[in-house]
Amino acid sequence: MKEVAPDGGEIAHIELHEVTKHFGRVRALEAASLSLRHGSIHALIGENGAGKSTLGKIVAGAYLADGGRMLLDGAPVSFRSPREALEHGVATIAQEPSIVAHLTVAENVLLGAEPSRMRFIRRRSLNQAYEQVAASAGFDLAGGMSAGRLRVAEQQQVEILRALCRDAQLIIMDEPSASLSRPDSDKLHRVIRALASSGKTILLISHFLREVLELADTISVLRDGRIVARTDAASATEQTLVEAMLGRPLTAAFPPKRIASQERRVLLGVRGLKAPGVLDASLEVAAGEIVGLAGLVGAGRTELARAIFGSVRSSSGEVTLDGRRIGRSPRDSLRAGVAMIPESRKDDGLILTRSVAENVSLTTLGQLSRFGFVRRGAERSAADAVLARCDVRGAGSAAPVRSLSGGNQQKLLFARIFLCGPQVVIADEPTRGVDIGAKRAIYDLLASMADDGLGILLISSELEEIIGLAHRVLVMRRGQIVSELRGEAITERAILTAAFAEPASTVHEA
Amino acid sequence: MTAGADQGPPPGPTRGGGAQLRHRLDADRVRGLGILLPFIALFVALSFASSAFLTKVNLLEILDQQSSTLIVAAAGTLVLVAGGIDLSVGAIYTLAAVTAAHFGLVTNAWLAMALGIAVGALVGLCNGLIVTILRINSLITTLATSFVVSGVAALVTSGNLIVLFNKPAFGQLAQTVFLGVKTSVWVMLIPVIGLGLLLARTTAGRYMYAVGGNSEAARLAGVRVDATRVLTFLLSGTAAGLAGVIDTSRVLSASASTQGTSLAFTVLAGVVVGGTSILGGDGAVWRTVVGILFIALIGNGYILLGLDALYEQITLGLLLIGAVSLDVWSRRRRA
Repeated sequence: MKEVAPDGGEIAHIELHEVTKHFGRVRALEAASLSLRHGSIHALIGENGAGKSTLGKIVAGAYLADGGRMLLDGAPVSFRSPREALEHGVATIAQEPSIVAHLTVAENVLLGAEPSRMRFIRRRSLNQAYEQVAASAGFDLAGGMSAGRLRVAEQQQVEILRALCRDAQLIIMDEPSASLSRPDSDKLHRVIRALASSGKTILLISHFLREVLELADTISVLRDGRIVARTDAASATEQTLVEAMLGRPLTAAFPPKRIASQERRVLLGVRGLKAPGVLDASLEVAAGEIVGLAGLVGAGRTELARAIFGSVRSSSGEVTLDGRRIGRSPRDSLRAGVAMIPESRKDDGLILTRSVAENVSLTTLGQLSRFGFVRRGAERSAADAVLARCDVRGAGSAAPVRSLSGGNQQKLLFARIFLCGPQVVIADEPTRGVDIGAKRAIYDLLASMADDGLGILLISSELEEIIGLAHRVLVMRRGQIVSELRGEAITERAILTAAFAEPASTVHEA
Repeated sequence: MTAGADQGPPPGPTRGGGAQLRHRLDADRVRGLGILLPFIALFVALSFASSAFLTKVNLLEILDQQSSTLIVAAAGTLVLVAGGIDLSVGAIYTLAAVTAAHFGLVTNAWLAMALGIAVGALVGLCNGLIVTILRINSLITTLATSFVVSGVAALVTSGNLIVLFNKPAFGQLAQTVFLGVKTSVWVMLIPVIGLGLLLARTTAGRYMYAVGGNSEAARLAGVRVDATRVLTFLLSGTAAGLAGVIDTSRVLSASASTQGTSLAFTVLAGVVVGGTSILGGDGAVWRTVVGILFIALIGNGYILLGLDALYEQITLGLLLIGAVSLDVWSRRRRA
């Protein structure tokens, strides 16, 4: 039942005109326009932070756009909440399904929409309603089963049924196959196709180009918050999509890469490391070397960093420094000479209630004390020295740490590390959420540490950072290091191809 | 209004007077000094309102009465700063009191008192180990241990009052007068000043702030988070033990029903009124001392002025809500 516009053209199911969204000073989405036909599958692709999820969340009502128009079946709409979107037939299937573990599958599907009489749930009609919707979708999930026992793939089916029960016509799926095994994602793909052929419209956000090419009718490519390409899936290849995602103006200049010295001395050695989110990782970092760890969000980079540093327990494998095995706790790692700048400075880095100096000296307090008493003069001068070295600007070392800007807070974490004189530094997204000036200062810090003979493992979602700084790049995908690039071979295309593409060896397994 | 440096060309790392002055005015400072101003105001007001207030006898009497509470509250400050809470101090206090009294009947007074303190330390250590090893929330842990400990105290006394009137040696700890002041006050000063220094000046104290402020960040910075937590509970238990022993020495009797549970709440009230954050990571022992004495002054004032003591609790309750609101308000301003 396709509606027809007065001028004879088909009315789009949903249409976005010049939709814009800013978060503070960060431009997440700029003048994005999109049009989805009824019963079509449209995919959104792009690098981390390109704006795919933001766009999806605006359509789903989780975010309110700052500017632009949205038309649903030709009528202007603006959803202030996911609930309001749902009332208009727009539902979202989250990457991590939210189910109530101790209720049955049927109860979960009809949660909040239970058939009832006088506020008592009519169990029989609830089960009938469930059987009906499950049959229409072609799922064979037993309604009486406890939902807590379902696997992730089945939990997703519960969410899909939930959407169908509420008469959703447009279903947004954000990375639905990210946490699925291969047979499960094949099954999901069949479900998505079946939904589309029954007239539902699907907005698919995915990192997996192969999946996108298999499923989608049309594809939009986002880059830096803009839609830079729109194409029919039939005429696209992985190559053309990667090319469309490429190419950004440089936002900060990089210090020159020093050529690695002749004799290579391996500092950090990681062999066969297995941990939650890390399947089996081995790598080496040599003195004076910056090794970039690239990959998509969820590829296991942070998990690997944490496993190396010992802040999460690894199930097997070993970490060596200068050939000697090191302990498996943050404390042991720091003592051995491996330091980490964590991904989130607020959650994992700073003690926001305390002063700048106390935050800087935290790791090295033992050396700055006598008989257990902190030598406050020594602490102060040590802190001031490293704060100056790391170019931390602000109200001085006695000021509360939260009075510093984000960039200076980040530099403060480098100052803390400098004070303990490590041999290897793992920096996880060291420039996240900092301005360009601070970025450049952090690049200089990383480069100067490498010049001083430290080994650096740099994780960044910004490809230009990896390319601009790293002597060697390791690309991770689904918990494994899938590619290693050196020198001239380090290009955006090579990294993206390795990060996105399904290597031939894993396509045929499973 | 914090001294931010987000915009414009920021100055280099300075200890500039201007910036210092500005953040002197921010919410923390208000909270930090907050308790001092009402305390002084109340002190002055009571001095005028009652001629009996500003006398050496009355003020020393207040200190004597509050000595045990101050010790427990000083240690409780450390627990709160490190992000925990200890509700078992009342029960430990009672157990230590009856243990010391029990052995005081049959053995050397000093040995009996040492046993009382040791029992407190042991329970505190257990609290710390349960919180860190079993990862049970400290509120629940110490609530549970307080039931156990109260039960044990009742077993020790078989429900009776233990009287030590014929053991004058037992009274020496608290009742000896030295330089015109009772030893209960002198004995109180040692742990209170010691704990104050521990928190403010030592590495262990710093780690307590770090653990309470952000335990994950502290762990990643190499701080022994669990050991720090255990230490705070150990100190809290030991302090409660000492407090129980001191009060037994003051009154030369102990029973399993002595002010047990109310002590935990009085201590908590004093710590929070003093301005130590219930969310951890912020606070100081001196604030707690002022907080406890502030509450004591209110009680003293009600007595001296002959007011209906029923209103005292209402006043205290409102005061607590005011203090916590100030904490929440100042935290929100930072976000």
